[in-house]
Amino acid sequence: MSILEPSVEVLKDLHHRMLRIRLFEEAAGKLFEGNKMPGFLHLYVGQEAVASGVCVAMREDDQVSSTHRGHGHLVAKGGNLNQMMAELMGKADGYCNGKGGSMHICDLDLNMLGANGIVGGGAPIAVGAGFANKYRGNDTVSVVFFGDGSTNIGAFHEAAAMASALKLPVLFVCENNEYGEYTPRHKVMAITDVVDRAAGYGMPGVIVDGMDAIAVHEAALEGLARARAGEGPSFIEAKTYRYYNHHGVQTLGMKYRTDEEVEEWKKKDCIEGFEKRVTEAGLISADELAAVRAEVQAEVDAAVEFGENSPYPDPSTLLTDVYTEMV
Amino acid sequence: MTATETATENAETARELTYVGAFNEGIKQLMREDEDIFVAGEDVGIQGGVFGSFSGLADEFGERRAVDTPIAEQAIVGLGIGAAVAGLRPVVDLMFMDFIMVAMDQIANQAAKLKYMFGGKAELPLTITTNGGAGLSAAAQHSQSLEAFLCHVPGLKVVMPSSPHDLKGLLVACVRDNNPTILVKNKAMLGVTGPVPEELYEIPLGVGAKVREGTDVTIVAYSRMVSESMKAAERLADEGINCEIIDPRTVQPLDTDIIVESAKKTNRVVVVHEAVRFGGLGAEIAAQVQEEAFDYLDAPVARVAAPFSPIPFSPGLEGHYVPNAKRIAAGIRETLGRPAPGA
Ligand SMILES: Cc1ncc(C[n+]2csc(CCOP(=O)(O)OP(=O)(O)O)c2C)c(N)n1
Ligand SMILES: [Mg+2]
Repeated sequence: MSILEPSVEVLKDLHHRMLRIRLFEEAAGKLFEGNKMPGFLHLYVGQEAVASGVCVAMREDDQVSSTHRGHGHLVAKGGNLNQMMAELMGKADGYCNGKGGSMHICDLDLNMLGANGIVGGGAPIAVGAGFANKYRGNDTVSVVFFGDGSTNIGAFHEAAAMASALKLPVLFVCENNEYGEYTPRHKVMAITDVVDRAAGYGMPGVIVDGMDAIAVHEAALEGLARARAGEGPSFIEAKTYRYYNHHGVQTLGMKYRTDEEVEEWKKKDCIEGFEKRVTEAGLISADELAAVRAEVQAEVDAAVEFGENSPYPDPSTLLTDVYTEMV
Repeated sequence: MTATETATENAETARELTYVGAFNEGIKQLMREDEDIFVAGEDVGIQGGVFGSFSGLADEFGERRAVDTPIAEQAIVGLGIGAAVAGLRPVVDLMFMDFIMVAMDQIANQAAKLKYMFGGKAELPLTITTNGGAGLSAAAQHSQSLEAFLCHVPGLKVVMPSSPHDLKGLLVACVRDNNPTILVKNKAMLGVTGPVPEELYEIPLGVGAKVREGTDVTIVAYSRMVSESMKAAERLADEGINCEIIDPRTVQPLDTDIIVESAKKTNRVVVVHEAVRFGGLGAEIAAQVQEEAFDYLDAPVARVAAPFSPIPFSPGLEGHYVPNAKRIAAGIRETLGRPAPGA
C-alpha cells in the first residue's frame, strides 16, 4: 500500500499513540527496576504498531479485550496515563484503585474491557461483547488482542468457533511475537502462520507486518468494516516482536533467544521506521515529531509524579467491590 | 538408610538447600531411578521452569523427558492422564495454581474419577505440580490457594509442603504413588533454605508432623503458614503461651489423628491457612476436631485465614489480606482469652 493513503491526520494519530505507549512503557520499566512497581510487569515495547494501528481504525464505542501484555492496548484506546501509572504502582488513584495492577488494568468508559492474567481469557469475553452489539442491533465491533501462544489454549478456539458460528462482530488480532514466555513459537506450534487457524473457523484472515502501523491500520479497517456490515468475525495476524523479556526489563543475554535476533528486530522498529517514512515523504516535519515526543514525555513524567504522589489504598477498601450492592 | 525410609532433619547427608532446589534435586533423582518418569509443562524444558523447578532436566535427560508444551492446561493434564493409563509415570506442571481451573475438567472429572468409574481397573500414577500462595503482588489470578476445591473431589491427593525437607520427601511420595496427586509449592517460599538429605527419601502421604511441641494451644497450619505460625509461637512464648504446631503436610488425605491427639492434650485449636476462610480447610478441620474431641475442647476451634475477597494487587492491601504471624498471634490470644501485650 502507499504511504499516501492514510490522511496526515491519521498518520499523526498513529505516531502519537505509538509514542504514548513507548514512553509510558519505558517509564514503567524504570520504576520497576527501581522497585517502585510491585508484581509482574509485561512490557509492550516493540509491538506498539499493532495496538495503535488497530485502535486508530476503531471507533470510540468499539470494545477491546486484552491480555497480560495489555498496557499498550489501553494507552492506544486513549487511556489516562496518570491513572495507569498509579494502578501499576498499586496506588489508590489508579484505574482499579490498586486492586488490579498491570494484569487487570481497564477503562470501561473507553470500552477497554480489561487486560487479563489468564492466557486466552480475553477472547471469550470479546465474543460476549460482540454478541451484545449484535443483540442490540448497533454496528459496534469488539476487538480481541491475543498472543501467538494463546492460540494453543482451548478458550481461544472456543471463542473463535462461537464468534464465527453466531456471525458476531468481532475482530481477532493476533500479536505474533514468536514467543510465549521463554519458549519459541515453533517448538509449540506445528504451523508457521497463526492465521492458518482462522480458516478452520471459516474466518477470513490476513498477515500484516506488525512493525508497520500503517499496514496494521489498513487491515483493521477492513476487518472492522466487515464486522460492522454483519459479515462476521475476521482475523489479523501481526508479525511483531517484544524487545524486553517476557516479564521485566532485561533485553539481551537470554537463553531462549539470541541477542542478534533482538538487534535484527530493533532495526525494524515501528516508531523509528515510521518517523523516517513520514519525514522523507514530507508529510510530517522532523520538528513536529520532536515536539510531539517532548509533549508525550511531559505527559509521562507527570504520570510518574502522579503515581508516586498517590497514596496506597486504605485498608478499609479491602473487602469492597466483591459484590455489587443491591439497593 | 534405604531410599524409602523417612529421613530425619539431622540425617548425616543433610545440606542446606532452597525449597525450589530441594524439589529440583528430588525430581532429578527420581528420573534417574525410573525411566518412565517424564515432566511436561509450559517452559519446563529449555528454560527449566519459570521458577527454576525443572532446571537442568532438559540437559540431563533430553527434551524427550523434559517436554515444553503449548499453553494448553487442559491438554497438559490430559497428556498426563493418558500417559499414566498407558503405563508411564508423568509429572505435569501447571505454572500457577490459579491455572488448575483452566484444567479442572481433566483434573476433577477425569483424573480423580477414572479408577472408580472403571471399577478399579485403571491406575493413574500421575503427579501434577503447581505453585500457589500470595504475598508477591501477583494479584487476583496469580496468587490463589485453591486446595479446598481439590480436597473436595474424591480421588485426588493434595500435598502442601512447608519446608525444603518436606518438599523433597513429599515429591518422592507423590511421584511413586499410583494415584493422581497434586503437589502445591508455595511461591513465596522458593528461596527459603533448610536442611535436606542428599539421598532419595519419602515422606508418606497422609501423615502429619508435630513441628513444635507445646501445651496451651494447637496450631494446625500447612505450607507457608507453618513458618508464620512458628514466628507467632515464638512471640507468644514470651507472653507465657506455649503453642504446639501440627503440620498435616498433606491436606487430602488429612491426618486427623495427629490433630485430634494434640487437641485432646492442649484443649484448644486454631487452624491457619492462606486460603479464604469461608469453605476452607479450616472448616473441615474444625468439624473433625469437634466430632472427635468435643469433650476436650475449652474453646471453639478458631480460624485465621484470608478474608472473603479476591486477592488484591496493591501491597497496601495485600499486606492486610494474607495471614501473618501478627494475626496468628492475635487469633491465639483470643482463643485463650488473653489480652494483647500492653493492652
Ligand atoms: C492459562 C494460563 N497459562 C499460562 C499462563 C502463564 N503465561 C503468562 S503469559 C504466557 C505466554 C503467553 O504467550 P503469548 O500468548 O504469545 O503472549 P506474549 O506474552 O508473547 O505477548 C504464559 C504462558 C497464564 N497467564 N495463563
Ligand atoms: Mg507471544
